[in-house]
Amino acid sequence: MRKKLLLTLAIVVCFALGATVAQAKTLTLGLKGEPTSLDPHFHNVSANNMQALYIFDKLIRQDNRQKLQPGLAESWAPISETVWEFKLRKGVKFHDGSPFTAEDVKFTLERIPNVPNSPSSFSGFVNEIKTIDIVDANTIRLTTEKPSPLLPRQLAAFTIISKKNAEGASTADFNSGKAAIGTGPYALVKWERGDKIIYKRNDAYWGEKLPWDEIIVRPITNDGTRVAALKSGDVDLINFVPPADINHLGKESKIHLSESPSTRLIYLHLDSDREDSPTVTGNNGEKIKNPLKDPRVRKAISKAINRRAIAARIMDGLAVPASQMVPDGYEGTSTRLKPEAYDPKGAKKLLELAGYPEGFKIIINGPNDRYVNDSDIAQAIAQMLTKIGIKTEVSTMPKSVYFGRASKLEFSLMLVGWATDTGEQSNCLASLLHTYDADKGFGASNRGRYSNPQLDSMLEEALVTVDQDKHNDLIIKATEIGISDTGIVPIHYQVNVWGMKKGLDYNGRTDGYTIPREIISGK
Amino acid sequence: MLAFLIRRISQSVMVLLVMSMLVFVGVFYIGNPIDILIAPDATPAEYARAVKDLGLDKPMLTQYGIFLKDALHGDLGNSFVYNEPALKLIMQRMPATMELAVTAMLMAVFIGIPLGMLAGIKHDTMLGRSIMRFSILGFSLPTFWVGLMFIILFSVQLGWLPSGGRGTTVELLGVPVSFLTWDGIQHLILPAMNLALFKTSLAIRLSRAGVQENLQMDYVKFAKAKGLSNTRIIGLHVMKNIMIPVITVLGMEFGGLIAFAVVTETIFSWPGMGKLVIDSIGVLDRPVIVAYLLITVTMFIIINLLVDIIYSILDPRVRLGDQN
Repeated sequence: MRKKLLLTLAIVVCFALGATVAQAKTLTLGLKGEPTSLDPHFHNVSANNMQALYIFDKLIRQDNRQKLQPGLAESWAPISETVWEFKLRKGVKFHDGSPFTAEDVKFTLERIPNVPNSPSSFSGFVNEIKTIDIVDANTIRLTTEKPSPLLPRQLAAFTIISKKNAEGASTADFNSGKAAIGTGPYALVKWERGDKIIYKRNDAYWGEKLPWDEIIVRPITNDGTRVAALKSGDVDLINFVPPADINHLGKESKIHLSESPSTRLIYLHLDSDREDSPTVTGNNGEKIKNPLKDPRVRKAISKAINRRAIAARIMDGLAVPASQMVPDGYEGTSTRLKPEAYDPKGAKKLLELAGYPEGFKIIINGPNDRYVNDSDIAQAIAQMLTKIGIKTEVSTMPKSVYFGRASKLEFSLMLVGWATDTGEQSNCLASLLHTYDADKGFGASNRGRYSNPQLDSMLEEALVTVDQDKHNDLIIKATEIGISDTGIVPIHYQVNVWGMKKGLDYNGRTDGYTIPREIISGK
Repeated sequence: MLAFLIRRISQSVMVLLVMSMLVFVGVFYIGNPIDILIAPDATPAEYARAVKDLGLDKPMLTQYGIFLKDALHGDLGNSFVYNEPALKLIMQRMPATMELAVTAMLMAVFIGIPLGMLAGIKHDTMLGRSIMRFSILGFSLPTFWVGLMFIILFSVQLGWLPSGGRGTTVELLGVPVSFLTWDGIQHLILPAMNLALFKTSLAIRLSRAGVQENLQMDYVKFAKAKGLSNTRIIGLHVMKNIMIPVITVLGMEFGGLIAFAVVTETIFSWPGMGKLVIDSIGVLDRPVIVAYLLITVTMFIIINLLVDIIYSILDPRVRLGDQN
């Protein structure tokens, strides 16, 4: 009798186990932002770019430190000063079974500048391409007007869509799923706006096979709710764990955290161009000549900032003091630049030398809903500047108001953030430090209107130097000029934190993306 | 009745027109959405193209004129961020908000009014006082805090209910609803409770005051003298009399519930239109903001109209046509 019972029990257990093994495995992700569209070329914003990687593939991938890796292109090389050749991967199929060929690449490159009503298009990544030649189904040659060393980096910024399914398709067709057919690891099942996006595994995927049959992405914008969803087990993994929750989540036995530095730089821009700057006055409120034009004053501001204290106390350790625009170890970063040391005495001395022994009055402006602890950072900087004699007032505002006013040059000293999409330093130089030049397309975010002809010419030369070493050398030199001249004041790079249930692991990415193929399961 | 309706509708059109103008001017002066939407490394030429594509290069009056002309054809413009009609985006989200608001309202009515009447009848007892204390809590605790407490207690600690999201929905007459599946109901309970708390307290206070006032009235004494049972007096006669102020106030509040469910929707990541409009305000998605406010105003107008009509049914002395 007893044996029989045991046997039955054993059989039942076997069935039960068998049933769990056979059950579809689902991974639920709670992510901070929701894409505005599943059309990968409609809006260049990180929530969209990340989500595109679930369904589509890039020609050239970026690894988690944003180094280039083969994607749909197996290899690439310049065959002359102005021609790049790309060898495409063979045997890749779209979700509908149609083969991926050079035609799809050509179609994608031609579609990018022509997406209607795009609020932020990808055309900057392809506008150097003059002609697209299909050599055979798996080889494509791109000719550029000028030598273009950054072309592979630019092609690593967007995904490839299917000509067959997307020809004549609108952004709405992608959102409904009709045209959202890619070569990626997951195929779109359904997008329930505001609630979830459901994906199923693409079993014919050319790359590594992932353990989950289904992935559900839930956009949870509220930080507290996202953390609660993880703690209650409603989701398996969340991104952007808020600094304030790190401590108590770290103590939970079922949860584990992983952090990764990011390329998000927080920096100050200073009005270094105009004689008369809007928010600078003398100590008694009288008009004075803009002191920020003097590089010594800018240097003094940089020296007055205690970056370690900001990283430790305001950012709860989730920040790395910054020396330039992109963290160490990236292409085009200088090893000679170090974060400016905290030196209030030196700062005061520099102010004296510049003719401001009693300092002056200034307002620091910043957003209060854009970067992690943005208004607190502005407060801290104001106190540090006041300490060396620059009486600083703080004025922060919602990003919707702030950025418009900043672009209209209404501020003298402003707190801003920057994250490079391309994973190297030239695009920061071109946007932040090159002299503002609407015709040539430089200095778009140079809100301090910093200008240095030497830097300009070095950058412009680098942008047409295909030789990688020479190119990097020029970029590094230009960066060193801009930073030692204090064109901007780098503060820190943000550190991103992911939280997940035990049994999962994620190394994190410097671009902050959460990508299924890098989530490690098992343990 | 007909004259009343016509007058009301023509007034409403004026209100909508003035509203659209105010909103349009307001968002115009906040800033340029392109500054937030565009990638920061975009060149000035790309910037100019995006501005032109979205029609933001035209003077404000021209933009408003175009908006009015399209609005007359039922087109409230395309969202800058989603590139889909603003009206469609809002309508997609509306069922979720309506479902939440209706559930919360039903909770307020079916829990708040009986509790309030009980508190009114037994105002001297422990029970009556406890109900009143609960209503004070419901009034004074901030919604977002209560919402987070609900999540911590019911989802994280006890694990009974999900912490957010909408759960499984099924189509009812072409509209996705979640109250027909168990999973959907589980997702609905916490946000609805959170949203209902304030309105329940309101219903308790109103009906308690109503009951206490009516119990002093001559008609109650008369009914008692006639030998009617307490249940009949309170359940029928008193009830009917307190319903008028309760319905007026709750009717008004219902509009607010729909329009301002946003705090609850954000905390519980409920995919309703409140969350949509908050996201849209964050990036200055003008067409969605304008469309949302116009829809909200329309809704308030309709609800007020319905309240007036119900009022006249409950109390025949009120004649709609006579309001001037």
